[in-house]
Amino acid sequence: MKYAYYPGCSLEAGSAAYDKSVRAVLEQLGVELDELDDWNCCGATEYFSQNELVATSVIARNLALVDGEHDQLVAPCAACFLNLKKTDKLLSEQPVMKGKVDEALAAGGLSYRPGRVRVRHLLDMLYTDIGQEAIRAKVVQPLNGLRVAPYYGCQIVRPLNGFDNPEYPMKMDEMFEWLGAEVVDYPVKAHCCGGHMTQISEPEAFELIRRLLQSADEYQADVILCMCPMCQLNLDAYQGRVNGHFGTSFKLPIVFFTQLLGVALGIEMKKLGFGKELVSAEPVIRSKLDGSSVGAAT
Amino acid sequence: MVADTPSDNRSKFLRDVIADTPEGERIVHCLQCGSCGGSCPNGAEMNYTPRAVIAMIAADRREEVLTSNTMWQCVSCYFCTSRCPQDIPITEIMYALKRMSIREGKARKTDAPALAKTFTDLVEKYGRSFEFGIASRYLLFNRPMSMLKSSGMGMSMFAKGRLALTPTRIRQVKQLRAIINKARELSQHD
Amino acid sequence: MAEKVGVYVCHCGSNIAGKVDVEDVAKWAGEKVKDVAVSRDYKFMCSSLGQKLVEDDIREQGLTRVVVAACSPHLHEKTFRRACSNAGLNPYLMEMTNIREHCSWVHKDRAAATEKARSLVSASIERVKFQEPLEPMFVDVNRATLVIGGGIAGLQATLELADAGYPVYLVERQPSIGGHMAQFDKTFPTLDCSACILTPKMSEVGQHENVTLLTYAELEEVSGSVGNFKVRIRQKARHVVFDDCTGCGICVEKCPRKVLDTEFEAGMGNRKAIYMPFPQAVPRVPVIDTESCIWFERQKCRACEKLCPTNAIDFDQEDEMIEIEVGNIIMATGWDAFDTRKIPQYGYGRLANVYTSLEFERLCNAAGPTNGKIVLRDGKTEPKSVAIVHCVGSRDERHNPYCSGICCMASLKLGHLVLEKTDAEVYSFYIDMRTNQKNYEEFYQRLLGEGMRFVRGKVAEVTDAARKPSEQGKLIVQCEDTLVGRQQRFPVDMVILMGAIEPQVDAREMGLKCGISCSMEGWYTERHPKLDPVATMTDGIFVAGACQGPKDIPASVAQGAAAAARVAGMITKGKVMIEPIVASIDEEGCSGCRICNNLCPYNAIEYDAEAKVSRVITALCKGCGTCVSACPAGAIRGAHFSDRQIFAEIQGALWDAWQPRGGASEEAEAVPVSAP
Repeated sequence: MKYAYYPGCSLEAGSAAYDKSVRAVLEQLGVELDELDDWNCCGATEYFSQNELVATSVIARNLALVDGEHDQLVAPCAACFLNLKKTDKLLSEQPVMKGKVDEALAAGGLSYRPGRVRVRHLLDMLYTDIGQEAIRAKVVQPLNGLRVAPYYGCQIVRPLNGFDNPEYPMKMDEMFEWLGAEVVDYPVKAHCCGGHMTQISEPEAFELIRRLLQSADEYQADVILCMCPMCQLNLDAYQGRVNGHFGTSFKLPIVFFTQLLGVALGIEMKKLGFGKELVSAEPVIRSKLDGSSVGAAT
Repeated sequence: MVADTPSDNRSKFLRDVIADTPEGERIVHCLQCGSCGGSCPNGAEMNYTPRAVIAMIAADRREEVLTSNTMWQCVSCYFCTSRCPQDIPITEIMYALKRMSIREGKARKTDAPALAKTFTDLVEKYGRSFEFGIASRYLLFNRPMSMLKSSGMGMSMFAKGRLALTPTRIRQVKQLRAIINKARELSQHD
Repeated sequence: MAEKVGVYVCHCGSNIAGKVDVEDVAKWAGEKVKDVAVSRDYKFMCSSLGQKLVEDDIREQGLTRVVVAACSPHLHEKTFRRACSNAGLNPYLMEMTNIREHCSWVHKDRAAATEKARSLVSASIERVKFQEPLEPMFVDVNRATLVIGGGIAGLQATLELADAGYPVYLVERQPSIGGHMAQFDKTFPTLDCSACILTPKMSEVGQHENVTLLTYAELEEVSGSVGNFKVRIRQKARHVVFDDCTGCGICVEKCPRKVLDTEFEAGMGNRKAIYMPFPQAVPRVPVIDTESCIWFERQKCRACEKLCPTNAIDFDQEDEMIEIEVGNIIMATGWDAFDTRKIPQYGYGRLANVYTSLEFERLCNAAGPTNGKIVLRDGKTEPKSVAIVHCVGSRDERHNPYCSGICCMASLKLGHLVLEKTDAEVYSFYIDMRTNQKNYEEFYQRLLGEGMRFVRGKVAEVTDAARKPSEQGKLIVQCEDTLVGRQQRFPVDMVILMGAIEPQVDAREMGLKCGISCSMEGWYTERHPKLDPVATMTDGIFVAGACQGPKDIPASVAQGAAAAARVAGMITKGKVMIEPIVASIDEEGCSGCRICNNLCPYNAIEYDAEAKVSRVITALCKGCGTCVSACPAGAIRGAHFSDRQIFAEIQGALWDAWQPRGGASEEAEAVPVSAP
């Protein structure tokens, strides 16, 4: 199996742990991941707020860069995934817009035929293409005893995911059940982390973050699993300030789901980017799991 | 009898919103049920709920809508879109309202347009974005007090190696700029 | 000899004349089209004066063919055939062309619509010249009727016919008749006890001398046609010998296996493996559920058999096929409840105290699992606040776009019961209150007076994620109060989801068996939505109750009675006319290949093994034309749809392309058409 890989800007710095763990996990699972050459930023939500045609053209450049060797593009970041998928859909369904985007791409010497590249989210690829059997076969450190709260956020499951329920997604829950973890079925797993509101209006953003932390905490989660850099950033980096704002004392480690998947596969924690989160995850993972096999595969 | 398409008697504002939103025609099917307003994580902070905004669009209350904070409170979580019983692309309508509000110089109540501009300026310069650049420039120019407050957190992030000081520059920045410039030229508004 | 064709173009008020220049079409046909002897336009052709025009012209001008360009033949073909008959012209020499539904109603451009109308009229003129006189056939109507479904609509239809002295077979798939109405506690808007008004009808049906009741039975196959249907019914094995059972109930009492009753009790209560769905069941003969019976599971027990005083238990009983003959069929198969799990944000199945409306009906029913006490799932706590959520799966493009019609009133009824039986506050979350039948709005007013709280807003989500202490341990209903324009959260103890009314899951399949069609959603399609609401496009098959669309009890009863009246009319008349539009096989040309035999959807072709030819059984043939087009030898001819007629019609439709400068019929002769 072979996929083009679109890491997205966040995975270059702020969420390097995600990138690191994605690469390590997929290598362990024997999946070939080829980083898209010279990819550019997807624009997050910011271009769509200003100019729709520029937004789609900027994104379409990435689709156009996928070479003939690949017909699937995997994106781990929520905003990147949605933007790439949405743009492909817009180009398929809006002929006037497609005409203009074609012209814009041509100005850079590029072209793209809608539908040529299938945009996939990493979770979908792992769940559907690799699947339960192959993943279970590689588990060396079952996650028994660890209570995980899968957090899906918004833009991977809504509005275009096509692989899970947009209201009450289950695929990450199921995957961590394969791995032996105690999966926490808490009600806000697809609710909003605040997105860019942390940059614009903190009180509102803090309230949204608090709701998520509180619910996971009430359900006694040991760790929250993210699959979007923005979600991880908001829940992790702002956790201290949320505590300050509300007088709470949450101390919930927030990691990427691939990091913990890597632990189950026996990859050394260092190679999975642990230690970059502000609320440290390693102590709880080591104390809940039988530490001896952590990192045993490497 | 087959109903004629009632294209002429709709408000100017409504026609503009439809023209600026992919699949925007669905907006005329709104039942005013409030699924959107009830679902919005920031709904309580909005001047008008998305449902009310749709009614105001139909009623041609352009000024009130475009100067409101509603669309700037939207975090693009897509709950409204996903739950709308009439398949109205409400999140996309919020994007359209943001664009119209900027274009018509009516976005006064929020720093969101400034953040958006900071972000896209960086993309046009480097081809990629990076948090430190966005945070520092945007906060320095727009919210210096807030910058002080979050500097502790920024330091922790920096210490963890999570804040890049320099962005990655893509090789074909010129190509990207050519595409952006062409797109900008082709879009009727910019 | 050339035919003398009369052409009549209808204005239909402004329905046609508004978009088609009817005067021009009539004038053009009279002047330019060959063989047209008279051509007129008239305000309303279907009026008695319009019909008289046709009759007078036939008599006075000696017309041999008539074309009426007006509305759909569904509406007025009979009218104009009768007019022709009255004037002594064979009715099948009249052709109706639809320039309303097919032309004026679907076009905007007047000139183009007029051009199309000419084309349609020309097509009919060319066709009608080749039409032949046909004689309708008559068959006797069997006096027995089959009613499918023993809910309130089916019961009403059954009783109307049986009381009129006609034999009725009533088929019900459940072990007892009664349908959904048997599950309810009270009925709106009068609040009479549902069982009290239903069970008398049930026992009347059970004891009626004219009713053959077949419960725990399924429709297998229908053949034949109006007046003479043959029906095969599967009597599922009850494992209780019907005639030996006295209904004493000892078997049920002694059965050691208790299972959750997901049907009658909607999952709120239990039943035994051998059971009657409810105490007033008709017939009072239990069935063994083989999926949960210990004997069928591991060949042990047989307690019921040992204790039955009449030896009525038969573990070896098998399904049985019953064949009956009936003249008419009434479909009254009812509705099914929307699966509320499809909307996960409402929490059903995940949050204990979220209920479906059917569950709640059982909860507040005096004969239900809690004896009518309204308590939470813990079985003891009375709720202090209850939220009723409207439009769950209705008025929703993602599920059912239609309004289920009855939920607003049902919500008011449930709200009333909560207020009457508990001290709880009741909130109703609605989009629009729909209370538009007799005494319904008054009932709404009554509940406003009783203190039920109404919040206008579709519920966004029901959650247990508390945001503040007052929400702890509660179900929080989040919505926008659209009349205030603010998002609000309502902490409550109990939530009732008013799920949509949906067609039965197998409605489409059942419709196919009887040859009737469904709407996109799966509701049976009536012959005319306003003027023929209980007939279908298949003669002899009628529909009643919620299988035709969401309906409350009064409307279902009215339809049951209406369908019965239509059937009684057919029986009283005694004979039914069969259109002579049937296929016939030219035995000279038939090679005996039998391809047509299996293709015929009505089993109307038999094979004569001695003569080695196939023959059409005229009484069964519906004139669908399948065999005509399939015959490799071209030996089958469909009356009224001969090749010659159809080619002439096509040629007429293309009159301007065919012969740009005038009459079409000379060329028509030159067309290579197969001889009739």
